[in-house]
Amino acid sequence: MIDRISIRNSSDEEQLIRRRMVWIAVVVIFLVILLLSRIFYIQIVENEHYTTLSQHNRVKVLPIPPIRGLIYSRDGVLLADNYPSFSLEVIPERTVDVDETIFKLGNLVTISDEDIKRFRKQLGKKRRFDSIPIKVNLNQKEVSVLSVNRHRFPGVDIVARLNRYYPHGEETVHVIGYVGRIDEQDLSRLDESEYSGTTHIGKLGIEKSYEDILHGKVGYQQVEVNAQGRVIRVLDKVPPEAGKNVNLTLDFSLQQAAVTALEGRKGAIVAIQPGDGAVLAMVSSPGYDPNLFVNGIDSASYQSLLRSPDIPLLNRATLGKYPPGSTIKPFLGLAALEMDIRHTHDKTWCPGWYSLKGSSHRYRDWKKQGHGHADLNYAIMQSCDVYFYSLAHDMGIDRIHEALAEFGFGATTGIDIGSESSGLNPSRDWKRGATGQPWYPGETLISGIGQGYILTTPLQLASATAVLANHGKRIIPHLASEYHDPISGASTRVNTGDKGHTKFRNSQYWNEIVTAMVDVVHGERGTARRSGLGAAYRFAGKTGTAQVIGIAQDAEYEEDDISEEFKDHAWFIAFAPVENPQIALAILVENGGGGSRTAAPIARTLFDHYLTGGDSG
Amino acid sequence: MESKTLSTRLHVDFPIILGIIVVCGIGLVILYSASNQQVDVVTRQAIRIGIAIIMMLLVAQVPASSIRRWCPELYVLGILLLLLVIFFGDIGKGAQRWLDIGVIRFQPSEIMKLAVPMVVAWYLSQRDLPPRLTALFVAILIVAVPVGLIAIQPDLGTALLVAAAGGAVVVVAGIRLKILAAFAALAASCAPLLWYFMHDYQKRRVLTFMDPEQDPLGAGYHIIQSKIAIGSGGLYGKGWLNGTQSNLEFLPERSTDFIFAVYCEEFGFMGVLFLVCVYLLIIFRGFYIAYNAQEIFGKLLASGIVLTFFVYIIVNIGMVSGQLPVVGVPLPFISLGGTSMVTLMIGFGILMSIHTHRRLLSQ
Repeated sequence: MIDRISIRNSSDEEQLIRRRMVWIAVVVIFLVILLLSRIFYIQIVENEHYTTLSQHNRVKVLPIPPIRGLIYSRDGVLLADNYPSFSLEVIPERTVDVDETIFKLGNLVTISDEDIKRFRKQLGKKRRFDSIPIKVNLNQKEVSVLSVNRHRFPGVDIVARLNRYYPHGEETVHVIGYVGRIDEQDLSRLDESEYSGTTHIGKLGIEKSYEDILHGKVGYQQVEVNAQGRVIRVLDKVPPEAGKNVNLTLDFSLQQAAVTALEGRKGAIVAIQPGDGAVLAMVSSPGYDPNLFVNGIDSASYQSLLRSPDIPLLNRATLGKYPPGSTIKPFLGLAALEMDIRHTHDKTWCPGWYSLKGSSHRYRDWKKQGHGHADLNYAIMQSCDVYFYSLAHDMGIDRIHEALAEFGFGATTGIDIGSESSGLNPSRDWKRGATGQPWYPGETLISGIGQGYILTTPLQLASATAVLANHGKRIIPHLASEYHDPISGASTRVNTGDKGHTKFRNSQYWNEIVTAMVDVVHGERGTARRSGLGAAYRFAGKTGTAQVIGIAQDAEYEEDDISEEFKDHAWFIAFAPVENPQIALAILVENGGGGSRTAAPIARTLFDHYLTGGDSG
Repeated sequence: MESKTLSTRLHVDFPIILGIIVVCGIGLVILYSASNQQVDVVTRQAIRIGIAIIMMLLVAQVPASSIRRWCPELYVLGILLLLLVIFFGDIGKGAQRWLDIGVIRFQPSEIMKLAVPMVVAWYLSQRDLPPRLTALFVAILIVAVPVGLIAIQPDLGTALLVAAAGGAVVVVAGIRLKILAAFAALAASCAPLLWYFMHDYQKRRVLTFMDPEQDPLGAGYHIIQSKIAIGSGGLYGKGWLNGTQSNLEFLPERSTDFIFAVYCEEFGFMGVLFLVCVYLLIIFRGFYIAYNAQEIFGKLLASGIVLTFFVYIIVNIGMVSGQLPVVGVPLPFISLGGTSMVTLMIGFGILMSIHTHRRLLSQ
């Protein structure tokens, strides 16, 4: 190696490279001279021309942010408001001594260390003539004290801003969501010129999904500035276009009744108008205060929300996934009739358990002694598990999957607040992909009673219940009904899509299933008969219980022995009045035990509230 | 045996590090003004400079022979990372350049600014010079593959710099002038083809360069405002912090790619002369090192690094003063940002290594 180098060093190559380098150095010098002469031309020869241009360069364009639209419920309750708030701001350049100014201000109003820290952070980032807030959300008393003393503080000002406020925060947070300060992530997706001057953006819920409507259009003013960049006069002004108000389909009094009915337990309630899919109430309990998030939540509060075992930040109505339990039975019953797997009066013998041929494993019925001979009506009314084990066995998982998909299980509903889960409508293909294992016959049986892999969200179940109420017409649940322009007064209706009809079209079968569901509530032996007593209208329902833990083959499920967190989830789906359905709902109470005892009475309360104005008749 | 000088013992080249520190100092001063006196911005940039200088000094400790040994591996790694960017990269401002590896995000194309001249120097130093046609073909392929991968991200500025770095080595290696002229002609005839593949914003930049006045509030705004800033500076400038173009925010990108216009406005033509002289000091010291390097590899690589540095300067100043289209190339050691600064500093670290790890050869 060394030899080769030393040979080559003395060779012509060495000389060649050196010649090239001299040659390149000349080119470099030439280019630099070219560049310098160009700059010389601009700076010295044309100096006068450009100096004039720079002196006339005094017109700037400043953005004027639009006012954000408000959000109202269908009964006219204001759910998202803008209220003026006052903040104390300091312009560093105009104050003699920033530290002393802050110290003196601290004698008039309390300024926390936190405030000062935030101020210092901004001080490094902003320009000397920018106004920096030292204390936000001043109260009346503070405003008056500061106003009186303002002459003592040059460069200090009280500035009014509009702040977002949610008057019914906790009760509606999972619908409305909240706005928050624009962060890096938002910046990467939004049109920066549209948001110049805007500080907040919708982060969740309606605030996020209708951001375009609520935000409005930015305005501009052309101003003349002096050499220090301060505004001397306004030359031209294009006013901003305020954001439109959004009116929701939500019935706030029903929403409140639903929150009250849950009594702070973990759970969710979704109520839908079956005719057009308008969401009347959507509650996920517990909620939290969205106002905390508007100007940035402090980390202690955020941590406590994150760590809470009740998971308040989760919107259970759209993102909570639960096995549907027995509420799946009316849907499978209808499909079995349509697919010619069962006839109306076919009876199944229920001894209290069911076994597959050649297996000793007993799939138990909730009623230990059995239901005897059960037909479809009886099996729905009494929620007979054995009938549906047998039905599921005859139907097979492929057709079960197909039938449930007709009702929207396993797919997002398309509701207009973005984040929702599609749940899980299991199939052979899904299982092979997810676990690498084939489908087992036993898994088909438990699918028949809504257990096993199948998962649904309360919103999905409420939508499917609306389909039952409609005798097959599908709906897309939606929350916004119209946009309202506060200036012109013009309203625009929100278009709701059409999902068509299920392929199940025999009205006789629909009637039979609805009759069975009416019997659940009003029948002598219905599982929810206590909730139906004395109602002024007739309603149809189905109870359900979703297992949280598996029960061993021979063990008894003794509710009292089981700690709260392992208790079953209670379900109830229902619609009313039967003859002309106005409202369909799904109610989930986590760890509520049986559906008939905890969930069904809530449905009765809400129906009474919505249909008869709280009068139980 | 001559006694070791301080420079060889520390593996530092004093003229270069002095030049770099002066330029960085000018950069911080002008950044304070361009950022409208944001102390935070200047502090963070100073920290970046510190880190980059430390990296330069560390690289300078590695003997050039070791650097040479790892050239092909570095190049292959760079190519793999570029492919990763195309398939998994983050999209920032409409272009896919960043690779996110959990802790940091970086641009693999930066690696190529060094890896390409290194591997071309490594390859050509093993061949007869001036290179025969086959060797030349291989060398051009080595340059063209990464340039192509970077250009489709799309990042024309970096593609141009990588091509320049590789091309510079080939030119120094003694490519015949006739062949060079043939390539230039070929490149010129490919221009219409390039136009066809360019993104809209790139086309707009070229059109704007031809005639900035046609779109004074849109794409031409940068160049017009930049020329006003430069032209109104005059011989001595408006003085530090007194540049109206930058302080009143008429000048876009004034902390990054267009910072030279702020400098011109506030320090005038005299300031420009001073800065260019410091740059030339660094460049000619680099040439001196290349001229006196012991091995062919060292000569080729050193000239490649110095010429890349020169291309940075000429392209940035050229675009700010309206002589070249706007391609995102920063002004070395002055524009705000750390990515390209680290790359350049490492390049100078290699240069110092070439100069200070000298082997004793029989005369």
